[in-house]
Amino acid sequence: MAKELLKGNIAMAEAAIRAGLEGYFGYPITPQTELLEWMAERMPALGRAFLQAESEVAAINMLYGAACTGARVMTSSSSPGISLMMEGLSYIAGTEVPAVIIDVVRGGPGLGNIAPSQGDYNQIVHGGGHGDYHPIVLAPASVQEAVDLVVLAFDLAEKYRTIVFIMADGNIGQMMEPAELPPMRPIRTEYPDWAVRGAMGRERRILSSIYIDPKDEEVTNYRLLQVWNRIQAAEIRYREYFLEDADYVVIGFGTAGRIALSAVRMARAEGMRVGLLRPITLSPFPHPQIENLIPQVEGILVVEMNSGQMLEDVQKAVRGRVPVEFYGRLGGMVPFPDEILAEIRRMCREGIPPDGDPRQRWMKRFAPIIRWHD
Amino acid sequence: METTLSVQIVYQRPRSLTAVPMHYCPGCTHGIAHRLIAEVIDELGIRERTIGVAPVGCSVFAYNYFDCDFVEAAHGRAPAMATGIKRLLPDRVVFTYQGDGDLASIGMGEIIHAAGRGENITVFFINNAIYGMTSGQMAPTTLPGQKTTSSPQGRDVETMGYPLRMAELLANLDGAGYVVRRSLHDPKNIRMAKKAIRLAFETQLRGLGFAMVELLSTCSTNWGLSPLESLRWLEEHMIPYYPIGDFKVAEALQAIKV
Repeated sequence: MAKELLKGNIAMAEAAIRAGLEGYFGYPITPQTELLEWMAERMPALGRAFLQAESEVAAINMLYGAACTGARVMTSSSSPGISLMMEGLSYIAGTEVPAVIIDVVRGGPGLGNIAPSQGDYNQIVHGGGHGDYHPIVLAPASVQEAVDLVVLAFDLAEKYRTIVFIMADGNIGQMMEPAELPPMRPIRTEYPDWAVRGAMGRERRILSSIYIDPKDEEVTNYRLLQVWNRIQAAEIRYREYFLEDADYVVIGFGTAGRIALSAVRMARAEGMRVGLLRPITLSPFPHPQIENLIPQVEGILVVEMNSGQMLEDVQKAVRGRVPVEFYGRLGGMVPFPDEILAEIRRMCREGIPPDGDPRQRWMKRFAPIIRWHD
Repeated sequence: METTLSVQIVYQRPRSLTAVPMHYCPGCTHGIAHRLIAEVIDELGIRERTIGVAPVGCSVFAYNYFDCDFVEAAHGRAPAMATGIKRLLPDRVVFTYQGDGDLASIGMGEIIHAAGRGENITVFFINNAIYGMTSGQMAPTTLPGQKTTSSPQGRDVETMGYPLRMAELLANLDGAGYVVRRSLHDPKNIRMAKKAIRLAFETQLRGLGFAMVELLSTCSTNWGLSPLESLRWLEEHMIPYYPIGDFKVAEALQAIKV
């Protein structure tokens, strides 16, 4: 198939349809609404289920019911809507049914704004609803990657009977760029042996997240952890850029990672030996890849569109063995490549202090910009 | 003259009910409601294509007692979960079984919109005017003046508001095909309840939209009454506030005799 000029939200929707999506349930919220609108047009035309729910709470619980039938199903939303979905997510995790959720993240907390942000990192990567589980979280940095990851998300969700998040942001959702869509896969005709579809000629099946005896819940939580171990061992995904001879490495995901790549290229042109590690799976987090960089690099710069939520995961991987610096933009603001380039230049020229808190140092450097906004 | 003695079965466990003891308290009417639903599933021959959705509340383990596929919803979300299943599998029969806290309090949004959409599902609503599982707090259907652990002086409508009449409320919606209230306090009313359960499934089988049967029920444990006193209390106190009746019956259903 040829490349087409596609808007991120629409590309993700069409990719899901071509991956064999059978049901979509959602609620309008900027900046993901085009995704729902595309589904509204396409799904009924293909004879598949589309429903605009009365709320994100209803949408996620519709998704939960639909997922119990063993069909490929998904929902999408943006940050405040994802907050409302936390209840259903936990039930989906506890019932071990596959589901794909796209979060086109916007600025927050609260109503915030509709600009691109990465502020949902902790809520999705370390959170989700109540209880003890880990979702897979995929972070695209382009429309093409978003398309590819949506298809992968369904395969992973079904392979591990787990929740897979696409954590995009307003940029990925709203931006248009050339991308190639996958071929249309046929809808499945056979369903998994746990699916609830009516007990025709077989024993009844029950899908539930209840384990009223704590011993049973402990066994379940242990099993979820075993699955998570397999995911960690097999499903870490990332991209490396200019790392072969790098003395310094920038780490950033999604849009921040993409902008950081521009800055790294500019720094390379100026002769600085700097590379980029862009995690694609935020969960499982690429700890081994960061571990591999420790002997090689003199410093790490973490760039995010939040106040350093992934920074803490990087610090956990680094364990103080290499100095870490941080640069973030907040509340829906997007960094320019020049801002990151300035950080790289300073890092390469002056090095990074071996101790102290990178977030505190960044707050100090960043204070004039906040004062200028005021 | 020859006399032939034959044994005839006149009463047995419905095929759609599992052979396990129920966890419900003595005197509770959940068992009656379960049995009536199972009998109707048997009579309609739909057990193998029926999917139930259990609620959160005393009937949280309802899935243990029906011999058909079942899922267990989050508190109040059974109509949303049933919607997801029905939209994926339109030729299956999907029902929810919900209590008053589940349906009329935390799940008010989901039930109103399922009814408003004319979602082709069947809802059984057990109204016993109290929260049973959490041991006796005020429900949205608790009567004015009724004492509960969270309205120890009795429900004061000035500060705690009025009970909700769900059948009347949902019957107003265009998407509703069949909305009635019945009671489980005596044999006559139990027979009437079974007919309503049958019609509520017929509504779905004929694609006539949303169906709900509200079943007035007892909670001896949390009412602090004996089973017999509970049945009398239901009749004397609940029925005047929650009248038995048909609030919406689609035209196509009116000709059906069951």
